[in-house]
Amino acid sequence: MDSLHAAAAKSLAMRTRLHPAEIAFWLCAVASYFLLPGKHLILSEIAIMALFALSVDLLLGYAGIVSLGHAAFFGVGAYVAGLLGKYGYGEPVLGLVVGGFGAAVFGFATSFLVLRGTDLTRLMVTLGVALVFYEIANKAGFTGGADGLQGVMMGPVIGLFEFDIFGHVAYAYSLIVLFVMIMAARRIVGSPFGLSLVAIKGNPLRARAVGVPVNARLVGVYTLAAFYAGVAGALLAQTQAFVSLDVLAFHRSADGLLVLLIGGAGYLYGGVIGAVIFKLMQDQIAALTPQYWQFWIGLFLVALVIIGRDRLIAGPAALLNLLRRRS
Amino acid sequence: MLTILFDGVAYGMLLFVIACGLAITLGLMNFVNLAHGAFAMAGGYVAVVLANRYGVPFLLCLPLAFIASALIGLLLERTLYVRVYGKSHLDQVLFTIGLVFMSVAAVDYVMGSQQQFINLPEWLRGRIDIMGVGVGRYRLLIIVICGALTILLQSILSRSSFGAKLRASVDDARVARGLGIPVDRIFAITFAVGSGLAGLGGALGAEILGLDPTFPLKFMIYFLIVVTVGGTSGVTGPLVAALLLGVADVAGKYYVPQIGSFVIYTIMIVVLILRPQGLFARAR
Amino acid sequence: MMISRRVWVSLMGAAGLASASSGALAQETVKIGMILPLTGPFTPIGKQVEAGAKLYLSQIGGVVAGKKIEIVLRDDGGVPDATKRIATELVVNEKVNVLAGFGLTPLAMATAPIATQSKTPLVVMAAGTTAIVDASPFIARTSFTQAQSAATIADWAAKNGIKKVVTLVTDYAPGIDSEKFFSEPFKAAGGEVLAQLRAPLQNPDYAPFLQRVIDAKPDAIFVFVPAGVGAALMKQYVERGMDKSGIRLIGPGDITDDDLLNGYGDSALGVVTAHLYSANHPSAANKAYVEAFKKANNMRPNFMSLGGYDGMRLITEALKKTNGATDGPGLIAAMKGMSWESPRGPISIDPDTRDIVQNIYIRKVEKVDGELYNVEFETYPSVKDPARKK
Repeated sequence: MDSLHAAAAKSLAMRTRLHPAEIAFWLCAVASYFLLPGKHLILSEIAIMALFALSVDLLLGYAGIVSLGHAAFFGVGAYVAGLLGKYGYGEPVLGLVVGGFGAAVFGFATSFLVLRGTDLTRLMVTLGVALVFYEIANKAGFTGGADGLQGVMMGPVIGLFEFDIFGHVAYAYSLIVLFVMIMAARRIVGSPFGLSLVAIKGNPLRARAVGVPVNARLVGVYTLAAFYAGVAGALLAQTQAFVSLDVLAFHRSADGLLVLLIGGAGYLYGGVIGAVIFKLMQDQIAALTPQYWQFWIGLFLVALVIIGRDRLIAGPAALLNLLRRRS
Repeated sequence: MLTILFDGVAYGMLLFVIACGLAITLGLMNFVNLAHGAFAMAGGYVAVVLANRYGVPFLLCLPLAFIASALIGLLLERTLYVRVYGKSHLDQVLFTIGLVFMSVAAVDYVMGSQQQFINLPEWLRGRIDIMGVGVGRYRLLIIVICGALTILLQSILSRSSFGAKLRASVDDARVARGLGIPVDRIFAITFAVGSGLAGLGGALGAEILGLDPTFPLKFMIYFLIVVTVGGTSGVTGPLVAALLLGVADVAGKYYVPQIGSFVIYTIMIVVLILRPQGLFARAR
Repeated sequence: MMISRRVWVSLMGAAGLASASSGALAQETVKIGMILPLTGPFTPIGKQVEAGAKLYLSQIGGVVAGKKIEIVLRDDGGVPDATKRIATELVVNEKVNVLAGFGLTPLAMATAPIATQSKTPLVVMAAGTTAIVDASPFIARTSFTQAQSAATIADWAAKNGIKKVVTLVTDYAPGIDSEKFFSEPFKAAGGEVLAQLRAPLQNPDYAPFLQRVIDAKPDAIFVFVPAGVGAALMKQYVERGMDKSGIRLIGPGDITDDDLLNGYGDSALGVVTAHLYSANHPSAANKAYVEAFKKANNMRPNFMSLGGYDGMRLITEALKKTNGATDGPGLIAAMKGMSWESPRGPISIDPDTRDIVQNIYIRKVEKVDGELYNVEFETYPSVKDPARKK
């Protein structure tokens, strides 16, 4: 029996070991900081988008929950961090943590609504919850409504680094946060909890039969994803020193899904790869045709589905699998 | 009070006509079509162009809008949608959001981004008093047209052989094929009719809902609410849901304007928590 | 008119070039980063402003004080976060000398800190909330403020036998501004505001709100809705027979936007509004402007287009004043106190607030040559932002 435990623990440890590809990726990320000093603004946005897509990945890629309203938690995190900054608690790291926990509380509370019913009901309820959040933010006095939250003053990161207009500090900060969050996510999905999620996604009935507490696990992952989204939102609020209703808008939820699927779901780095591709694409197209860029994004989506996601995106995932087998 | 009720009913009827096509595609074909509003928009624009540029009489514009949207629906169904039926809901969501983006940008490019209006004939303007209740003529027309359509739809679905074949195809496409029912053709026709109805609703609604390129995104949520709250077992559920929403929305904004916009979302969430399959679900 | 101005401008340019040729290189580029909503629900605003700005630039031949003017156009979709990021990128990477555009208040408010930090002049060409010009010492405005039109119509209504009013505004900053700056002077003049209704921004159906208005039996309904949304409301106003029941419709000119007016049909006849510009404004400058605008864009110019047109004029005239020098403080100093004859009438930039001072006209919708126009019949000259008098 002990040997079985040991073998199980060993295989889990194997799964969570860093791959050469990952190390290479992070080296690239660090290099980008020094090689592209003029691009830090968009790079911070990419990092934030990647973190948001990562939180969608936890839901979709690992637990199979399709949400059309994940922006709700992004928005909660953003507003919490923004309000903290406005009322004199501008220490960024504190804001991140509080923003994340704020979102997690809401995620936990709404998870019970979401986990009932079928796929379709879920889509609608997540959408509905996000809309209600949007309306609350629109109507409430403390959020600044449609004008956005003015007067957010951020302190320096860990008391040393002031945010600058070129986004240097913002990018370094976002990148470090993203790194920490991905490493934490790796531990989580490699743990028994993460493995049980994959089992639930594969076949909820069978998972229940072998004794996995399905509902509790789903509530857990929903709360976790909300936490991640909240941190991403808080990051945005802090690096922009401004929060608007847009953090809760439908298109943010849609973008999160889209970004994740460009990069591929279920291996944690999909969101990052997707965010890089999506943002660069959006930026390029929007600069060429500011009025009609949506058309091309739409065309891309249609093509993505018709041709098949797997065929377009099999590349990075397959590569990773190959490496996984080698190591 | 009665006027509010009347307005709510007219609004709900309009939502129903636009959304019932979605109820069919979603309920019968189990396909999440977020681009449904784009067909309504197409119908609206067809009617606007015909009425304003070519002076076609308004009542003739409505069937033409229906035909145009139905043809667009048929074309897209045969070329694109048919490849997505078998895919996951997630794929369907992405695909149809993509279509929405394309339609918004394309219409903007062709027609400009300003709001469009239909020049209504004189006899549809203003209001008449029926037993002391002020009734807008145009809204009355909407109720009449939509009511007739509802009865027609219901009888087709439940009484005609086409309806029977459609129900069979949805319940078990494989067996239906084995019995010689042309499933693909039935789906295509259904999809086209659903799109056509959306177009008709778009043409009718241009006057009340407004018509501009962002229409599909603006109203997407309303159509989805109608379908999910109503359940997808036929047309009665969505009809009741649409009327409920129309009346709740109008009454909410009249009596409690501060929280008017919350009313419908809250109703939706409450209903879905109590009855995840919608109000009138088929027993599965 | 056009030609003479062009000649004059090029002469001025030549003069400027001669005086500045000692130091400056010929044909250096001045970049103007223009950020507008070109997608999303506020697209019509963006398109009008863009068309106005480009028209002015083409009329002066794209060269000022020996420098080539280049517009770097970007779309923000009406989303403040995007506006702020794009503005920062334009300043940092594109090295633009001036920021311009800004279709909505939150977009301008979000970007104000960037203007202050980078000392870049920011010309607001559309947004209309009073607080914007206070958000940064580098902001100047060429559009309007909500209070200018709202307070003017309040004054006119009180003097013309309107006693009881219900206000109906869109529930966001400009709407709430309009409500406030209409209600205060109207009450001060002895009028009565029976109810203040606010409709959500994403509002498909105005029926319930209008029903409330009917039930309150006012003399008039004061309406502010964003340009482009007014049509549905207008239609329903007629459909409910309010035009015949003696409830007049008054408000700022957004509801009878020139861009849309013709689509309303005769239902809009007789609506009285107060605003800064009508395409029907009877001046030679305006006739030439409307003609050129229609030729270039195939649509009628509305009040938003003037924000773009005059905004470009303000920037280029300031460049002339500084002989092509592009330092931010110098440019913004040059803009203060400028005045000229715009197609909308005489306008100036208040040297204290950097906000616009302009005539507000009372207009009535009438048929002119088979088309609907706002016909001006009364002028309130040189209206400063009334919100500041407090």
